[in-house]
Formats: sequence, structure tokens, C-alpha cells
Amino acid sequence: MRNSLHMGFWIKGAQALALAAAVCFSLGATDTGSRYNDLNHRLMCTCGCAQILGECNHVGCTSSKQELDELRTYLAAGMNDQDILGKFAAKYGATVLAAPTTQGFDLVAWIAPFAVFAAALLGTILLVRRWTVGKKEAAAQAQISDPATKALREQIRRETGADGGY
Amino acid sequence: MAAFGSLSLLIALALAAYNLLAGAVALRLLATGQPAPISPERLADTARRAGIAGFVAVSAAAFALIWSVFADDFSITYIMEHSNRALPAAYKFSALWSGQEGSLLLWAWLLGIYGFVLRLTHKRDVKLYAYAGVIMAGIQVFFLAVLNFAAPPFALFRGAVPEDGNGLNPLLQYPEMVIHPPMLYLGYVGFSVPFAFALGALMMRYPGEKWIKITRIWTLVTWLFLTFGIFLGMHWAYAVLGWGGYWGWDPVENASFMPWLTGTAFLHSVMMQEKKGMMKSWNVWLIFSTFLLTMLGTLLTRAGLVSSVHAFAQSTIGTWFVTFMIVVLAVCIFTYVLNRSHLKSDQQLESLVSRESSFLFNNLVLLTACFVILWGTLFPILSEYVVGNKVTVGAPFYNRVAVPIGLFLLFLTGVGPLLPWRNTSLKSIKRNFVLPTVMLWATVIVCLAVGVRPWKDGAVDQGSFYALIGFALSAAVFTAILSEFLRGAGVISKQTGRNIFSSIYLLTRRNTRRYGGYIIHIGVVIIVIGLAGAAFNRSQEQELALHDKLAIGPYVLENVGFTEDSNLNYNSEYAQLDVYKGGKKLFQMTPEKRVYLASGQPQTMVAIHSVPGWDLYVVYEGTNPDTQQPIIKAYLNPLVGWIWAGVALIFFGTVVALVPSLSPATAALRVPARTAPAEPALKGGHE
Repeated sequence: MRNSLHMGFWIKGAQALALAAAVCFSLGATDTGSRYNDLNHRLMCTCGCAQILGECNHVGCTSSKQELDELRTYLAAGMNDQDILGKFAAKYGATVLAAPTTQGFDLVAWIAPFAVFAAALLGTILLVRRWTVGKKEAAAQAQISDPATKALREQIRRETGADGGY
Repeated sequence: MAAFGSLSLLIALALAAYNLLAGAVALRLLATGQPAPISPERLADTARRAGIAGFVAVSAAAFALIWSVFADDFSITYIMEHSNRALPAAYKFSALWSGQEGSLLLWAWLLGIYGFVLRLTHKRDVKLYAYAGVIMAGIQVFFLAVLNFAAPPFALFRGAVPEDGNGLNPLLQYPEMVIHPPMLYLGYVGFSVPFAFALGALMMRYPGEKWIKITRIWTLVTWLFLTFGIFLGMHWAYAVLGWGGYWGWDPVENASFMPWLTGTAFLHSVMMQEKKGMMKSWNVWLIFSTFLLTMLGTLLTRAGLVSSVHAFAQSTIGTWFVTFMIVVLAVCIFTYVLNRSHLKSDQQLESLVSRESSFLFNNLVLLTACFVILWGTLFPILSEYVVGNKVTVGAPFYNRVAVPIGLFLLFLTGVGPLLPWRNTSLKSIKRNFVLPTVMLWATVIVCLAVGVRPWKDGAVDQGSFYALIGFALSAAVFTAILSEFLRGAGVISKQTGRNIFSSIYLLTRRNTRRYGGYIIHIGVVIIVIGLAGAAFNRSQEQELALHDKLAIGPYVLENVGFTEDSNLNYNSEYAQLDVYKGGKKLFQMTPEKRVYLASGQPQTMVAIHSVPGWDLYVVYEGTNPDTQQPIIKAYLNPLVGWIWAGVALIFFGTVVALVPSLSPATAALRVPARTAPAEPALKGGHE
């Protein structure tokens, strides 16, 4: 009963995480003003300042002004985000994109962190479960049911839990 | 002075090499019991003394460089490139770490200081300290070899000695830059000490967990230095770079963050080893990784592997660092394989829902975050190698990948302290989690009510969405930690009749490590609230002629003057802006732009007015070349001050954690023993 409650707790937790992850991936902007702001934060200034295009703060920086003008033109022409980013990448090279794309080898950049996290999470859960099962089996074998021993165990548990730490 | 400095470095190298070799031979003789013409103990002591003398020699070299800076000795190339006559005295110290050679000397000097303290306190455990001292000497040999043969700081200028130097990089001419790099380096270098103890303890198959207790203070202090260094860097970026932000996911920022993450993981998981004898191999590898990541950070900064605003000029010392890292990794793997049986865990977990598990998951998340940052930092190199195409991995990548991981970590920060050791029951989960959960949802409702909208035009707005989760989780975690304090203090109050504040004080003194840790967690919560505020940043850029006005948020800025100034070090232009709120003049701000005479480089000096709710952040961007009018960019950055307040709390919490807890005997003297022993909650357990 207690085990099933524990499992239910973890399943619900996993569902909540999956939902949060799905929401994270669905993030994006729709209207032109928001898209302009969103896109200029997905591009780099090419003047060599290593800053996000929308945050480049050099007075008279011709690169950022030119890029921002191009971005406005593309948005006015009704191009979608992917096409705009593609246009920039074709003109200035892939380094103008502030983050890897989701195509080709670039996709590995996005997948690897989540794959590593999922594998590590699964590994940790399996490891903990294996440890706990092993422990329970050992406890069952010992079959300590004597009330005096139980009281002693409780006392030891209290005392060993009292040595400070986190 | 150049000859004196060079000679000091050479002597320091010889002494470090002797320390390494003689120490290693002595420890080998002790381990095998082989007869030798000199007793191993005496040989080991000569090695230790050589280490102390080496510290004196490397200090002499550092002194020589600082002296040369103050003496304007431009016959030394390094001084010529990083200083000038008009440089203010405080910044002349900064010249020590403003270039590659000087910063490597600083590294060696700090390593010498740590080694000096370690060798002076060797009587605590002579053999373990001897191992650690030899390993420290090995690291010192590497740095001194680089300083002597690859990046000599006292190299003489070829040709006629110039009248004046090139000056210090303007970015470094800011008060925080006098303390930010040394703090960061104290953190980086400091991790050499727990690394040396961990490797030494493994080599000698040290019994028990005493080495962890010995290194605890070292690790905590080092971690604090690194934390401070990172946040000072953030504040410097905020106040000097003039882009309104404090963290740009620059590769060198990332390089400092990675060892912080693994160091933080170590500080948590090491408690499992102390209390339960678990995770021994894990801890050893965490500290090995932390040390290697500090080396990787240095490599990234100096080898020109990745493009960064911090990176020093590309040089050949990258090869030295790569070789050193390979050697260190090989030694770690070899020692681990040879002695891994010594690291067998004493106990195993009893339940998936327990504090032990929460430590495991905490480590998992911290290491995943470290992997994400390492991956993002190195992916451009990987991409270029695999497909021949270099890409940029900037803020959008990290915001999408690392921020959710950070929020999950914050969630664990709240959950961990609420779970008891060993096992837990559904009843206790319900009891402990109800209040934080209520606070979480209450915060969501309040945020929505005051206008935080996690969606915009039918789509989720990334910044606001993360901010909402950040605020809600922060409220829940804060409630969880506060309830821990109040629960314990309530018991003490009931037992002793003290008021609640006095009870909280006594509770904290009884277990400084635990409650100091909780204070640090509150600091983290406050920082997260500050970071979440960035989602609501506003900015306004405008050309401001005399008496023109710029409105942002509740403020109106009026240009009442635009003037110039100059001194021996720089020329400056600045705008004088009167700031009004509700029609009433509050104060004047003077954002500035400097041009340093020696280097000819420009520098922004931002004007910041900070209140708890937000920062008014004003940048003078220069004049419009067509109209000659000043261009002002004003930002209203909510909650930034909370970040720095959170750091102060982390400092306080770490100091509390470093203070020894009241011993049971002392505690008994202070608390009249009127009743039965205190509740388990006071002693580290809950059930």
C-alpha cells in the first residue's frame, strides 16, 4: 500500500515535469513587435562585440543597425521566423545565430543535455530502488521482531540521527 | 628587480621540485618500509620545509612584479603592456592579474599561500598532510615551470625602453576589479587543497572520514571565495559593460560557474559520506572533477579555444595546460583503480523518498547543469571539428536548457530539508509539504493578480513564465526553510521559556552547519527572485538635447548639462540628468564615457540608482555624430538589488556554517534541563 502510494507520488511528479518540459518547448512569440524583439535576441551582432543583436550598445555600430534594419524588412515582408534566421545565416554565416538550429548536427546540441539528464535520472532512480530492495531483503532475512530489540533499534535510530549535519 | 624576480621564480621551482621528489620518495619509503640512508620522516620534513621556503621564494617574485609596477619599470615587457605612469595606485595592484604572465604568478603565489598554511598545520595529521603537501607541490611545479619557461613575467623589453606604458585595460579600471580576480583565483586555487587531500587520502588508503572533516573548512572557504568572485564579476559586468545585464553566458563566465556547480555538489554529497559512509567514490570524483574544471577554465581563458570578451591573447601555454590535465586525470584514474576497494560504501539507501535520495538528486541536477554548461561552451569547437561549421551557443540556448534545470534545483532546495534521513511516511510528507504548497499557489495567484502574464498573444512568454515559476518556487522554498527554523525554535522556546528570536539563535548555535546551510539556501532563494526580475526589464533609448526629457517607469530624466573633464589618466564626457518622480526632483545622475589616454580605449561608466524594487540604470552612449547631441539609454531593471542582498546572506550563512556548533556539554549549560531531551528535529532528524 505504502509502496503504491510512493509510486503514485513519483508518477505524478514525472507527469508534472513532462508537462513543464512541454510548455518550455512551446515557448515563442506571435505578433510582429514581439517577434522583432524575440528574433533580435536570437541573433548576434556581427561587429565582433560578442553581444546579442538586441543588446548591442555601441553607439554608431553599423553592424547592429544594418542587421536590425534587415530584420524589420524581413518581418514587413511577412517571412516566418525560420526563413528569417535562414537568411541571416546564409548572409553572415552560422555564427550570427545566437543558438544552434534544430537541424542536422546542431540538433545534437539540444538533445544531448536532456538525454544526459534523462539517463542520469533513470540511472539514479534504478540505483536507489536496487539499494532499497536489497536493504529490505536483508531486513526481512534478519526478521527482528522481538519488542526489546525493536525498542533498542528505535533508541539507536534516535541517537544516531542526532549528530548534527545537514 | 627583473633579475631578482626571475631568480626567485627559478629558486621557487627548484624548491617545489625538491618538495615533490623528496616528499614522494619519503612517502614511498614509509609505505614499503625499505631501509634508506636517511630516515623517511626526516626526508619528508625536509620536503615540507622546502615547500615553506618555496612560498617565500614565490612571494618574493610577486613582490618583485608589484614593485616593478609601482616603480614604472617599463624595461619589463609585462609592465610596459599593462601599466602606465598615470595609473592610480590601486589599479597598479591590478596589473598583477591583468595579463597572462601576471595572473599565472598570482595563481602560483596563492597556491604558495595555501600550501604554506597547510604545511604549518601539518601536526594535525602528519602523514595525510605529507601526502597532500606533495600533491600541492606537484601542482606548484607545473605553474612554476610555465612561469619560468613559457610565460615569464619578467621578460625584458627588446629595444629602446619606452617612456610610458600602454596602460591597464580600461575594463579593469574599476574598484571591483581590484578584488574580483583575486577572489575568483582564491576560489580556483583553493580547490587544489581538497583535491590534494582527497587524492592523498586515496593513495594512502586513509581510514575513516577524517580527511573530509579536515578539508571541510578549506572547501567551504574556497567555495565562498569562488561564489564571491563570480558575483563580483556579475556586478562588475552590470556596472561597467553598460548592456543592462550581469550574466551573458560567456565561455569564461561559464568556466568559473562549472567548478562552482561541482563544488556545491561536493559540499552536499560529502555530508552523506560523513553521516552514512556512503558515496565515497562519488565524492572523490566530484573533487577530482572540480579541480580539473578549474584547470579547464584557465585553459579556456588562455588558449584561445573559444571566443570570449575575457580571453587573453592566444598563446602556446594551452598545450601546457592540456598536458597537465591529462597527467592529472591519469594519476586520478590510476590511483582510483588501484584503491577503489577502499571506497566501498558502508551503508545503502533505505527509501527513495528520504534526505539521502534528495542529496543524490541534488547532485544529479547540479552535475547535469555543469554538463549543460560544459556542452554549450565546447559545442562550437565540436561542431567545427565534426561538420566544419562553427556555431554560436549563446544566451538563448542556456535560457532554454539551463534555466529549467536551475528551477528544478530550486525545487529540490525546498524539498530536501523537509525529508527526514533514512525513510519517510506519507503522513510526514503531508504535514511538511502543506504550507509550502499553499504558499506556492498563493504566490502564483498574487503574481497573476498583479499583472505577471506567463503568456502573450496566445503563446507562452518565456521570461514571464520562468519568472512566475521562480517566484512561486522561491516562496515555497522560503516557507519550507522558515518552518524548519520555527519548528525547532518553538521546541526550544517551550523548553526554556526563551523568546522566539533567542530560540532561533540557540537553535542555530546548536547546529551551525545545518542552519548555516539553510541561511545559504535563503540567500539562493533571494538571488533567484532577483534573477526572475530580469523578465520585466524595460529600456528606453533617446537622443537628449539640453532640457529634453526621457520617461521610463515612474521616473522622468531631464538633461540639464553635458560636459567634459580630464585628468592624467583619461578624458571623460558625461551627461547631467536630473531625475524626477511624480513631478518632484529626487537626485542627479551622471553617466559617463571615458577615453583612456595611454591605450586610447573607451569605457562606459554607468550611473545606477538602486532601490529594493528596481534599479534605474542609465548609460551615456556618446554623441550622435550627425547632431552632436548625447544619446542616453535608460533601463528600469526590477529586483536586481535582491541578487546582491542574496549574496550577502550566502556570505553570512557560510560564516555561520564555519562556526563550531555548541558542544552538547556547552549547550546543556545554556539550556536549563527542565524537560526530556530535545525533539529529534533539533538533532538532524524529523521522525
